[in-house]
Amino acid sequence: MFAFTVKRILQALFVMLIISLLGFSIKHEFGDPIRDMVGIQVSVKDREILRETMGLNDPFITQYARFLKNAAHGDLGTSFFYKKPAMHVILSKAPATIELVFASSLIVILISIPVGIFAAIKPRHWFSRIAMGGSIVGVSIPVFLTAILMIYLFSITLGWFPSYGRGETVDLWGWHTGLLTADGLRHLIMPAIALSSIMLPLFIRLIRSEMMEVLETEYIRFAYAKGLKKKRIWFIHAFKNTLLPVITVGGVQLGIMLAYTILTETVFQWAGMGFMFLESVQRSDTTLLVAYIIFVGGVFVIVNTMVDIIYGLVNPTIRVSGRK
Amino acid sequence: MRRLLALTTILLMGVALFISGCSKQEEIDESQKTTIHLAMDADPVSLDPHVQLSGGMLAYSHAIFDPLVRWTHEMTFEGRLASKWERLDTLTVRFWLRKGVTFHSGNPFTAKDVVWTFERLQKSVDYKGLFEPFESIKIVDDYTIDIVTKRPYPLLLNMATYIFPMDSVYFTGADENGQDKGAIVKSGPSFALTHESGTGPYRVTAREHGVKTVYERYADYWDTASPGNVQKIVVTPIKNTATRVASLLSGDTDFIYPVSPQDFKQIESNDQTKLVTLGGSRIITLQLNQTRRPEFKDIRVRQAIVHAINNTGIVTNIMKGFGTTAGQQGPKGYLGYKEELVPRYDLEKAKVLMKEAGYEKGFSCSMISPNNRYVNDAKIAEAVANMLAKINIKVDLKTMPKAQYWDEFDAKVADIQLIGWHSDTEDSGNFSEYLSMCINTDTGYGQYNSGTYCNPKVDELTMAAQAETDTAKRTAMLQEIEQILYDDAAFVPLHWQNLAWASSKDLAIEPIVNAMNFPYLGDLVAK
Repeated sequence: MFAFTVKRILQALFVMLIISLLGFSIKHEFGDPIRDMVGIQVSVKDREILRETMGLNDPFITQYARFLKNAAHGDLGTSFFYKKPAMHVILSKAPATIELVFASSLIVILISIPVGIFAAIKPRHWFSRIAMGGSIVGVSIPVFLTAILMIYLFSITLGWFPSYGRGETVDLWGWHTGLLTADGLRHLIMPAIALSSIMLPLFIRLIRSEMMEVLETEYIRFAYAKGLKKKRIWFIHAFKNTLLPVITVGGVQLGIMLAYTILTETVFQWAGMGFMFLESVQRSDTTLLVAYIIFVGGVFVIVNTMVDIIYGLVNPTIRVSGRK
Repeated sequence: MRRLLALTTILLMGVALFISGCSKQEEIDESQKTTIHLAMDADPVSLDPHVQLSGGMLAYSHAIFDPLVRWTHEMTFEGRLASKWERLDTLTVRFWLRKGVTFHSGNPFTAKDVVWTFERLQKSVDYKGLFEPFESIKIVDDYTIDIVTKRPYPLLLNMATYIFPMDSVYFTGADENGQDKGAIVKSGPSFALTHESGTGPYRVTAREHGVKTVYERYADYWDTASPGNVQKIVVTPIKNTATRVASLLSGDTDFIYPVSPQDFKQIESNDQTKLVTLGGSRIITLQLNQTRRPEFKDIRVRQAIVHAINNTGIVTNIMKGFGTTAGQQGPKGYLGYKEELVPRYDLEKAKVLMKEAGYEKGFSCSMISPNNRYVNDAKIAEAVANMLAKINIKVDLKTMPKAQYWDEFDAKVADIQLIGWHSDTEDSGNFSEYLSMCINTDTGYGQYNSGTYCNPKVDELTMAAQAETDTAKRTAMLQEIEQILYDDAAFVPLHWQNLAWASSKDLAIEPIVNAMNFPYLGDLVAK
């Protein structure tokens, strides 16, 4: 077991190294950070001096070695725009994104499960047909369009919800949360719905098809034959088995949801990581960009490694195959 | 599981309602009436006014600091921290400073703050070029200074609009990291990045970089004659154009800029909001690279191109009227402006010229343009490509974001390159110095002349105009430059970009906005 864990951690480190190398080697494609830091009239000579002092003229290997050395000490560089350690910037933006993803996941869970089950049990019901038809439309409309339309309808025309930002936030032991103020919650509603609009139809369809499949299985028929109550069959026996694949897909989709926050956050001026990422691309803030790529990569690697280790604990056959 | 989730939700909502109940009372205080929300496309990069020369930083400087003099609507000078000034000789101008002015830190403002700031400007990477013509600054007494230039310099007052005195006492010494408090740091933390002490109408009381900055009126502001009555300004950058407009229309913000032409109608038709536009001074031009493309060496080909471009069509159809068609570099109101130099659209003549030059069948060339730098830049470039197709010039156009554009521009990778230019000195000479003088890497002149146009006469006149303090003579020189460039078809002028702001009808923004696009927020009046 110990050997297995060590091996997994070493593999994870190797993956991180690859990610950092990739991130580092593409950073030049995003443009020249110096250009964004100086006015247009600054002379070529002065720009060159600045580039030299910032070490941007060093050969790739030197720059990368320096980066690795600092990274080993937990320093991923200083953001050109924020002029603060990149890691610090990313962590300060994380709460906004996590709260947004949390709220949208809540919406997805609370709506997709009942609707999906209903559509599976009563596929010919008018509500099921509307839900299925609607989900096709929902999944086809890009997030930014949904978001703009919502702003137009609910902010400009009806004036129900604020059009941008996070509103009032409360400092909770260093975590700036918008979940605890009425203003913060009002600001959260539209972005959360917009973000969930892409996952919701997918999950409704997924739950429906999985549930329909389960309802066809032998043990459900047997349950009917045994004379169990329909509700008990649907919600206890069938639904539980429906959930397994849904959870697996859900885990993967959570990552995709994080990616979609880029669009949602940009439209709603939501000060989270996605918005920060897009801005750093536009500003050629390459340090922040590379740090963010490594951060996201790191999160995925850590989660996967932990899952692997836990799997190993739970299911010894994995360990055997890992030893090959 | 579901029960647990439902429970959490109810609990959370309960807590939220409870808290919102508490915070409601605090929200409604007196200052609410004169608090406004301002949304711009970008946040000031730093609280240090000298770290970068950009429109956004100057707008910030005018709110937190005061310059020695500032521009009025009529493009004349108005004294701010300098109460009056007088030219002593061809090299020296004396400034008398306002008395009884204090910085936000409480320190009194005196001549030594001006000297300190001036010397800091000369060290700033962004400003040192502009302050190159200056020799020295001398303290006559606590409230009088002399600014001396190396040679007779007609734009001394124009440059004084960039001198926003900083609190020299406050910024002297070392901060907690042992770094000099006055240091100008481009790429790391500095004291001035997060601290300000100016004499301006507002103080920065809260700042979350890239998210929100709060300006509060400085109680001891010297300019008691200012009509400004806004106590608090919450400045939020809203990058997305559609969101910015939506925030105004929904009443979440009170004042926004910039505004895109496609949103004008929405703002004007809303009975809560209004739009204010002004002619701007940023020229949009195309440069024809004569080194890369020998055809462009032929003046007839360049003339043909200028005649093939329908400036009015671009301004009306793409810019929705949000621009002024241009036939020269500097806009009306600048010394070099010549009424007769108008756009020359004439397709028939263009075809004849191409034929004369022996290119009736045309040729192919490449072109690059940014797609997020100027108003509708990529669309303008596409229109130009289509117009040139009519005289058989096949244009291979590539557009890219500004982050990548300038490196390509500098490398002169294409035959036709688009560039917009605003004169930092608000004077005609600046256009020629950067865009049309012969490229000289030692002096830095012609730095953005990717057309590689070179005419010694233009160089000579530009240099002479730089050192000519007699306005009549200067005007003649600058106009001659425009005439030469026009006759040579040295470049293709398209239009001057207009400027637009939008606000709620309760705000009197008309008197405070200006062609330089730094609204004088201190004088903003809210009903």
